[in-house]
Amino acid sequence: MAADKTTIARQFSEAIPFARELNMEFLTVENGRAVARMPYDARLVGDPETGVIHGGAVSALMDTCCGAAAIAHPDNPGVTATIDLRIDYMRPATPGQAITTHAECYRLTRSVAFVTATAYDEDETRPVARANGAFTVERRR
Amino acid sequence: MSWKKPEPVQVVKQRRDTALSALVESVPYMKFLGISFDRRGDELTAVLRYSEKIIGNPMLPAIHGGVTASFLESAAIVELGWAMIWDGIESGRLDPDALEQRLPPLPKTIDFTVDYLRSGLPRDAYARARVNRSGRRYASVQVEAWQDNRDRLFAQATGHFLMPSRDE
Repeated sequence: MAADKTTIARQFSEAIPFARELNMEFLTVENGRAVARMPYDARLVGDPETGVIHGGAVSALMDTCCGAAAIAHPDNPGVTATIDLRIDYMRPATPGQAITTHAECYRLTRSVAFVTATAYDEDETRPVARANGAFTVERRR
Repeated sequence: MSWKKPEPVQVVKQRRDTALSALVESVPYMKFLGISFDRRGDELTAVLRYSEKIIGNPMLPAIHGGVTASFLESAAIVELGWAMIWDGIESGRLDPDALEQRLPPLPKTIDFTVDYLRSGLPRDAYARARVNRSGRRYASVQVEAWQDNRDRLFAQATGHFLMPSRDE
């Protein structure tokens, strides 16, 4: 069943119009974990002087990846929605580089999925951003 | 007693609108999402024009949470940037046309927390930001977003920002 779950999570995530628009790609979606990548894109620039991607675009990638991790948790019966999400921006992402997010649903209750994520550009020793969020869990039928 | 004749209203409006558009139009991501700003005096309302590409859940359909977060963060940054240049624009120290060539450095987001209160419906959204504290280095900003009814928020956010150093 785990394989099905992975497929469902991946399909669900890839069916999101805004995720497709940003060319987000899911590298792993399994067992409460998700890894997603977003290529550099001039449309996403927040600071025209430097070419640095807008924080909101990084936040969109992290939100999507956290949601996928919540759905991919083996005990989560269905889809999810974000209750709240906090993003800490540690440094600007290097212009021209893709951003990769690793998300983990580290705790799932009957009502809430707790998820954390870290985003990197090509330098995997220094994170670009951290996210912590709570997501909804559908009621079991 | 010195009395200065008030400026013609269209001169005042044009100066302010030029400065605001310099602040907003220069950011590709805001243009990409369809974010613009309404201005009444110094009060700004951010407007997110609905389009199909900003959908997160196609079944409902609902606006993507990441778009909502981006919209609120943009509203906060523009509000801070606007507050930074307002006095300069009004006193004549800053030339709005020069701003179009070169903007002063904008505040940088330290952290941003979004509460999703209800799902974003497939229609336009509005947001207003309030600067609760703006010091020499740090600023704290709160943002509220709504769609049909001003009192029924669909999201709210609070964030901290690093202000650009003044002597740059």
